[in-house]
Amino acid sequence: MQTTTHPAISPILGRFTLESLPLHEPIVVATFVAVAIGGIALLAALTYFKLWAYLWKEWFTTVDHKRIGIMYMILGIVMLLRGFSDAIMMRLQQAMAFGNEGYLNAHHYDQVFTAHGVIMIFFVAMPIVTGLMNYVVPLQIGARDVSFPFLNNFSFWMTASGAVMVMMSLFVGEFAQTGWLAMPPLSGIGFSPGVGVDYYIWSLQIAGVGTLLSGVNLICTIVKMRAPGMTMMKMPIFCWTALCTNILIVAAFPVLTAVLALLSLDRYADTAFFTNTLGGNPMMYVNLIWIWGHPEVYILILPMFGVFSEVTSTFSGKRLFGYTSMVYATCVITLLAYLVWLHHFFTMGSGASVNSFFGITTMIISIPTGAKIFNWLFTMYRGRIRFELPMMWTVAFMITFTLGGMTGVLLAVPPADFVLHNSLFLVAHFHNVIIGGVLFGAFAAINYWWPKAFGFKLNQFWGKLSFWLWVSGFYFAFVPLYVLGLMGVTRRLRTFEDPSYQIWFLIAAFGAFLVALGIAAMLIQFAVSIRDRKKLVDVTGDPWNGRTLEWATSSPPPDYNFAFTPIVHDGDAWADMKARGYQRPTSGYKDIHMPSNTGTGVILGALSTAFGVGMIWYVWWLAGLSFIGILAVAIGHTFNYKRDYHIPAADVTREEDARTAALAGAAA
Amino acid sequence: MSAQMAEYDRDLFHPEEEPHHAEGSSTMLGFWIYLMSDCLIFAMLFATYGVLGTSYAGGPGPKELFELPLVALNTSMLLFSSITYGFAMLNMTEGKQRATLVWLGVTGLFGAAFLGIELYEFYHLIHEGATPQSSAFLSSFFTLVGTHGLHVTFGIIWLVTLMVQVARKGLITANRRRLMCLSLFWHFLDVIWIGVFTFVYLMGMLR
Amino acid sequence: MPGTRFFPVRRSSPTTRLPWTKGCLTLPLLLLGACNTVVLNPAGDVALQQGNLVIFATVLMLVIVVPVIALVCLFAWRYRASNEEATYEPDWDHSTQLELLIWAAPLLIIICLGAVTWTATHLLDPYRPIERIAKGRPVAPNTKPLDVQVVALDWKWLFIYPEYGIATVNELAAPVDRPIRFRITASSVMNAFYVPDLAGMIYAMPSMETKLHAVINKKGNYAGFSSNYSGAGFSGMRFRFHGLDDAGFAAWVAKNKAAPLPLSRGNYLKLEKPSENTPVMRFAAVAPGLFDAVVNQCVRPGTTCMSDMMRHDAGDTAAMKHMPDKGNAQKPKPEEALTGGDAGEAPTKNPKDVQQRSNASPSNPTTL
Repeated sequence: MQTTTHPAISPILGRFTLESLPLHEPIVVATFVAVAIGGIALLAALTYFKLWAYLWKEWFTTVDHKRIGIMYMILGIVMLLRGFSDAIMMRLQQAMAFGNEGYLNAHHYDQVFTAHGVIMIFFVAMPIVTGLMNYVVPLQIGARDVSFPFLNNFSFWMTASGAVMVMMSLFVGEFAQTGWLAMPPLSGIGFSPGVGVDYYIWSLQIAGVGTLLSGVNLICTIVKMRAPGMTMMKMPIFCWTALCTNILIVAAFPVLTAVLALLSLDRYADTAFFTNTLGGNPMMYVNLIWIWGHPEVYILILPMFGVFSEVTSTFSGKRLFGYTSMVYATCVITLLAYLVWLHHFFTMGSGASVNSFFGITTMIISIPTGAKIFNWLFTMYRGRIRFELPMMWTVAFMITFTLGGMTGVLLAVPPADFVLHNSLFLVAHFHNVIIGGVLFGAFAAINYWWPKAFGFKLNQFWGKLSFWLWVSGFYFAFVPLYVLGLMGVTRRLRTFEDPSYQIWFLIAAFGAFLVALGIAAMLIQFAVSIRDRKKLVDVTGDPWNGRTLEWATSSPPPDYNFAFTPIVHDGDAWADMKARGYQRPTSGYKDIHMPSNTGTGVILGALSTAFGVGMIWYVWWLAGLSFIGILAVAIGHTFNYKRDYHIPAADVTREEDARTAALAGAAA
Repeated sequence: MSAQMAEYDRDLFHPEEEPHHAEGSSTMLGFWIYLMSDCLIFAMLFATYGVLGTSYAGGPGPKELFELPLVALNTSMLLFSSITYGFAMLNMTEGKQRATLVWLGVTGLFGAAFLGIELYEFYHLIHEGATPQSSAFLSSFFTLVGTHGLHVTFGIIWLVTLMVQVARKGLITANRRRLMCLSLFWHFLDVIWIGVFTFVYLMGMLR
Repeated sequence: MPGTRFFPVRRSSPTTRLPWTKGCLTLPLLLLGACNTVVLNPAGDVALQQGNLVIFATVLMLVIVVPVIALVCLFAWRYRASNEEATYEPDWDHSTQLELLIWAAPLLIIICLGAVTWTATHLLDPYRPIERIAKGRPVAPNTKPLDVQVVALDWKWLFIYPEYGIATVNELAAPVDRPIRFRITASSVMNAFYVPDLAGMIYAMPSMETKLHAVINKKGNYAGFSSNYSGAGFSGMRFRFHGLDDAGFAAWVAKNKAAPLPLSRGNYLKLEKPSENTPVMRFAAVAPGLFDAVVNQCVRPGTTCMSDMMRHDAGDTAAMKHMPDKGNAQKPKPEEALTGGDAGEAPTKNPKDVQQRSNASPSNPTTL
C-alpha cells in the first residue's frame, strides 16, 4: 500500500540533510577518508606535474576512438575495484554470521549486494566491453575512426556520469536495497522511500543513454566504414560479434529505459504501473526488465566470444576453424537472446506450457554456443599453440565456461529450476559464466591488445601469477556456492542458523581472498610493465604474428590509424598481406581528414550528473537548471559546423618516417 | 558495393585513391537506427497500455473519458503538419530557402496546435478527476500519449533550431542532412500517433 | 536445537553420521554426503522427482561436457608449440563432416533434454494435483488433500488451515503421506515459499495467488524460508515444517485450538506490520474469508476488493455498489504490532523491536 504524504522538502537542498551522510557507519566513514586522501593526493599530483591541460586536451575532449576505448577500460577497472570490495564484504559477512549478526547490518548489507550487482554489470563489464569494441573495431576494419566521433566521446561521459552517481551514493545518502534489478513493489516509493532506488534509476538511465548511442555508433561504423574489399564475410570474427552485440544493445536498452521510466513515474508521480492496488501489475516489471536483462548477458559475452576466436586463431598460428558457422552461430544467439527471458522466473507460476517453451528455447541457445566451443577446439587441432597469457586465459575460459554452460542448461529445466532458483547454485552459475566468460575474456583481450595500445608487452611473471590466482580463486570461491545451493541455501541472506554451511562459506571467502591477490597481481603487472616498458618494447606493431588489420599499423597506432587504407582480399587480411610479401609504403603521404576534439561531451556529462543529483534529492531547481543547460549546450553544439581538420601530409610523413627508422633499427 | 569490391587487383595492397567517407555519410543510417530504438520505447509503452489498459480500478474507462471529435481534430493537426513538412522538403530539394522556411514554420504551428489540443485534453481529464494517479489505465494512457507529446515538443524545439540555422547558413549540405533527419523524426511521430489514435482512442471507444 | 540439520539424522549412510568438521574435510564426495545436499535427497516425493531430474540432466550433459573438456586438455597439450612432432596445418579451417558433427552433437543432447523437459514440466507443474504419494504409491481415490493457505508477511509466514479453522505463524505442519494443497500469496512485496525437503519453490506475490501441490513422506522437522529477497528482515523469514504422523498432527491441531487468540481481521492487520525474527504464534480461530481478502487487498474495513474492482472494470456496474469507498485504502493509523506474546506461545526471548520498513520512511520528518 502506497503512502502519499511526503515530508517537507527544503526548496534549496531538497530532501538532503546532514543525516543523509552515513556518519553512523564506521566502515563507510573509513572508506570515505581513504578515498578522500587518495583523491586529494591524485589531484595534487596532477596539479604538481601540470597534467591538467594535457588530460583535458589529449584525453577528456578527445574524439579518437582509441583513447576513448582506453578511458572506458580504465573506468571499468577502477569500478572493478569498487565492485570487488563489495564482493569481499559479502563473503566476509556470510562466512561470519552464524548465530550472530555478523558485522553488517541489514541496511548496509542489502546495499552492498545491490551495488555489487549493479556495478559489476553496468560499470565494469559494460565499459570493458564497450571499450574493447571501441578500440579494436575501427582498427580491424581499417577505418580512421568511428562513424560519429563526437557521439563516442559523449557516450563515454554519460557512462562515466552514471558511475560517478553510483560512487556518490556510497558517501551521500544510500544506494538501493532491492537487489540489482530493483523489482517492485519492493522498489516502489512505499517500501523504498529513501534515495537509494533513485540513485539506481538515474545512474542507469544516464549511463544507458551513453550505451545506446555507442551501440548506434558502432553499428554504423561496422556497416559503413569497412576498408575496401572487406565484405561482411571477410570481416574479422570479433567485428561480427561486436556487430551482433551492438544490435542487441540498440534493441534491448530502450526496454530498460522504458521500464525504468515507468518505475520512476511510480516513484515520483504516484502512478500505478507496478503497484499492488489500482490495477498495477508488478509482474509486468519482472517481464519487461528481463526482456532487457537476458539480451544483456549476451551483450556481455558475445564480444568475448570474438576475443577468444581471435586469440585462439592467432596463438594456434592457424585460420579460425569454421568461420562461417561461427558467424551463423553468433547471429542465432543474437536472435534467440530475445526468446528466453521467462526462464528467469519459472517460479512465478506461468503454467507448464509457457515454462517448457522458454526452457527449451534456452536450451537451444546452447547448440550454437556448443558449436562455438567445438570451433575453438578444432582451431587448436593441428595448430602450433603458443601459451602466451591471452591463450592461457582462453583455455581456462573453455573449461570454465563449459561447466558454467552446463549448469545453465540445468537451470533451464523448469522443474530443476524450482529447486535451484534464487539459490547459491544460481549465483555460482552466473558467476561461472560471467567471470569465466566475460572477465577471462577481458583479461585475454587486455593481454592481447595491450602491446597494440601502448607499444610494449605486459610482464609475463605477474601476469601468470595473476592468472593462477584468479583461476584457482574462482573455483575456490564458487564451487562451494554450487554445493551450498544443493544444500538448499538461498541467495542474499545476511545471517544463518545451520552451522553445517559455515565451512563452505569459509572456503568461498578464501577463494575471494585469492581473487583479491589475483587483482593485486594484475595491477602490479601493469605497474611493472609500465616501469619496464623499454625492455618490453615492441616496435614491429605485430608482436604476436597477428592475422587481422590492427596488427598492420604501428603500436600505438597514429591518430589516423593507417597512413594508407589497406585493401582486404581475405578474412585474415593481415596474415594474407604478409603471406603475399607486403612491403610497407614509405612515401607518397597525403593530407588526412580527421575529426576535431571537443569539450561538449564532458560538459554534457557534468550537467547530466547535476541533473541526476537534482532528481535524486528532489532539488528541483538544480534538476531544472541542469536540464535547460543540457538543452542549451546540445543546441549550441549544433551551431558549430567546423568539426574536422586535416593532418598535413608533412606531419604524416614525419610520423611514418619515424616508424620506418624504428623498423629498420629493430631489424638491424 | 560488393561488385566493386571484387574488382580489386589481388596484388594491390592500397587503393590509389583513399576511400572517402564523406562527413555525415552514416548519419541517415545512424539516425534510422536511433529511431528504431525510440520505436522500441513506444512499443514498450504500447505493451504496457495493452496490459493495463482495462484496469480502471473502478474508475472511468475510455468511453466515459475520451472525446473522439477533439482527438480527430488533433490527429488532423499532426497529419497536416506531416504534409507541410513534405512541402518544406520539396522546396529544400529545389534549393528554395525562403519557401522551405515558410513551410517549416507552418509545420511548427500545426505541431504547436497539436500540443495545445493535447494539453487541453489532459487539463480537462485531470479537472474531471481522471488523473494519472487514479488507475493503472490512466497511468499508462497519460504516459503513452504524454511521451508522444514530449517527442513532439522536442521536435518543435529542434525545428526552430533548424530554422535559425537555415536562415543563417542557408541550405548547405549539413543543414539539408539535418532537415532530412528531422523529417524522418517528424513522420515517425506521425506513424506513432496513428498507432495511438487507433489503439488507444478508437479501440477504447469500441470496448 | 533438536531436529535441525546440525547433525543430519535422517540419512543412514555412515558418512552422514560424521560431525561436519571431520566429514567436511575428507574427500569432496564425502563432503557432499556429509553436508546434506537436501535438494538431491529430499523427504518429499515432489522434491525428490525434481532432484532426480537435476541428476539426470547433469549426467546427460556430462556425456558431451566431459569429452569437450578432455579434448581441450588433450589438444592444448598435443599441439603446444614446443611439440614439433605434432602435425601443423595452418590453412585447415573447414570440414563439412566435422561441422555437421559439432552442430549435431549438442542438438541431439538438447532434443533428449527438451523432450524430458516438456514432460517433466507438465508432470511436475506445481498447479497440478499430485497423482502419487511416492513411487508406486498412487494417491487413493477420494483422498482429501490438506488445504493450507500461505501468506508471506513482512517478514514472517502466516499459515491458515481452513479445514481446522486454525492459523500459525512461522510453523507449518502436515501429516506424512497426505497430499497438501497450498494457496500462496503475499501481503506487501514478492517472496518465494520454499521448503526444500517438500517441493520446489513458488513465488508469493501480493494481489495474486499461486498454487503448489506436494506431499511429505517422512516424519521430521524441516527448514522452510523465503527464497526471494524481500527487504531488511528477509534473512529471518524462516519457519519450521513438521512432518507428523496422524496422531502427532491431531495433537498439533489440538494445541493450536487451545491458543488464546483468534485471527480476527483486526489481529491480522496488527500482524501484517513489519517485524523481524518473529517467534511462532498460534491462533485458535480464523476470520472467515481472510485469505481471499488478503489476496484481494481488502482486509481493512472500507477497502474495495480487487476482485470486485475487476468485475466492475469488466462491465459489471453492480460489483462495487456495496462498497463505501472506491479505490485505494487510506493510510493506516499507527498501531501496535501483534507479537508472539499476544498470541499465546511465549517467545523464548523478547522479539526484536518492530522495525519499520525503512529508517527514512516518508512520514518521518528528517528534512530540514
